[in-house]
Amino acid sequence: MVRLDDLADVRAGDKGGTLILAVLPRGRAAFAVLERCLTAEVVRAHFGPAVAGEVRRHVLPRLPGFVFRVPGVLGGGVTASPVLDGHGKTLSYFLLTLELAAGDGSPQPDV
Amino acid sequence: MSARTVRLGAGAGFAGDRLDPAVDLARRGELDYLVFECLGERTVAAGQTRRLRDPRQGHDPLWGTRLRAVLPHCARSGTVVVTNAGAANPEAAGALAVRVADEVGAAATRVAVVTGDDALAAVRERDPVVWETGLRVSACPEELISANAYLGAEPVVEALDLGADVVVTGRVADPSLYVGPLWHRFGWSARDVDVLGRATLVGHLLECAGQLTGGYFADPGTKPVPGLAWLGFPFADVDVGAEAVLRKLAGTGGVLDTRTCAEQLLYELDDPAGYVTPDVVADFTGVEFDQLGPDTVRARGARGRARPGELKVTLGFRGGWLGEGEIGYAGPRCLDRARLAADVVRERLVGVHGLAEEAVDVEYVGAAGAFRGLCPVPDPAEVRLRVTARAASAEAARAVGWEVESLYTNGPAGGGGARTDAREFVSVRSCVLPREEVRGAVRVLGR
Repeated sequence: MVRLDDLADVRAGDKGGTLILAVLPRGRAAFAVLERCLTAEVVRAHFGPAVAGEVRRHVLPRLPGFVFRVPGVLGGGVTASPVLDGHGKTLSYFLLTLELAAGDGSPQPDV
Repeated sequence: MSARTVRLGAGAGFAGDRLDPAVDLARRGELDYLVFECLGERTVAAGQTRRLRDPRQGHDPLWGTRLRAVLPHCARSGTVVVTNAGAANPEAAGALAVRVADEVGAAATRVAVVTGDDALAAVRERDPVVWETGLRVSACPEELISANAYLGAEPVVEALDLGADVVVTGRVADPSLYVGPLWHRFGWSARDVDVLGRATLVGHLLECAGQLTGGYFADPGTKPVPGLAWLGFPFADVDVGAEAVLRKLAGTGGVLDTRTCAEQLLYELDDPAGYVTPDVVADFTGVEFDQLGPDTVRARGARGRARPGELKVTLGFRGGWLGEGEIGYAGPRCLDRARLAADVVRERLVGVHGLAEEAVDVEYVGAAGAFRGLCPVPDPAEVRLRVTARAASAEAARAVGWEVESLYTNGPAGGGGARTDAREFVSVRSCVLPREEVRGAVRVLGR
């Protein structure tokens, strides 16, 4: 198992109740591992019942990077939710706690 | 800076941003334009509530302070200031800019005001569907207090064409504040969609200021950033094709590299192939960054498609009151005691004060409350209980703090550090209007 925190950086953004997670792999090898392992389904499972709707993954191979759209996690969004971090900015580090089953044992970051 | 490029500096990335990085840029950045992005969705609606109380208010409260700090330098170097700090009252912000210019001995400053984003009348008339509720505006139970359409770069271009030295707008889309000066200088057309896509990339990268130079990026373990306390804000040298080189001033803190740029590129981007602004639908999927030198990065590869026929509108509704109370517990069984305290407060808010049970929310700060219960923290060293409740009146909202404070003598053992608050809030939602329903207008203030 490898933690996402060992392979990538994450920044969170918000659009209404949808959490937007930008995942920036630290190098090409990390990108290859994440392209295989960090699927929309894996991210959806990590956020569990908080998700309402389909998680979408965009792949940007040139950058390289990924954008995940995770609907429902932020409730009604920053102006409707009473929680302290209504933007869900701290949730970038929740994604970094994700443990990946990298499979072939080659998830060494090339940083 | 060469004659064939335009230099744009980022002076602020949000309403409450620091002052000194912008002063440094104004003083020695040799900028053509200094842009202050000061408007969030909530900021404009909150400005509207201030304006309803006092017709001279409603613009960014820091606008006068910001302009006073940079204008002497800008007047000397010929740097033009562009800002959306007009918020809900661009006219008042423009009048303030004239007063500041007189005060600092820059009376020749031409101030232009961009209005037309206030779409309250059009929204009331057309009654569009609200995205978040799926219902028409008139079907929303709360009182609609503001509607601001996102204007694009064109009214900024018009203001600059009129020779403005300071352009003050209300709700102009963040990247459009940067696209406007480039469009004005290079004389593009709305049909130059790839160029506008690249210019929008420049605006998107600069609009959060310090977020491009290591701010909101720094992590001592994985992304160390030197000199974070003295973060320099970025600027860009942009050519006629909107190819850009991004830099920061020598001697400032922070870092500007391909990693900081990549993170900012993807920030709040829900569709990298379709970043919609009033100017263009930008496609950032082909963007690449090249490190040309220390703190020097070239951005390229953005494209664009024709802009949408509709404009996004931010709606502000009177949202009632929010009461809150916090209290801390530490040591053995702290989370159990905080949970007991929460149960007590909730029971009394419903039973004694008549609040609805579903209006009450609880967070355990220090026990991964930020992660919204998504991961358990069995035994934290300390935890801070935070109870909030939405209420129709100030009195009902204040009951939350009252009940949390009452835990001192009536609640679980060892509670300390209670704090309370109650405030009115604005709920922000969105809709669209046909573009032709919204008209940006420019006025150069007479002196």
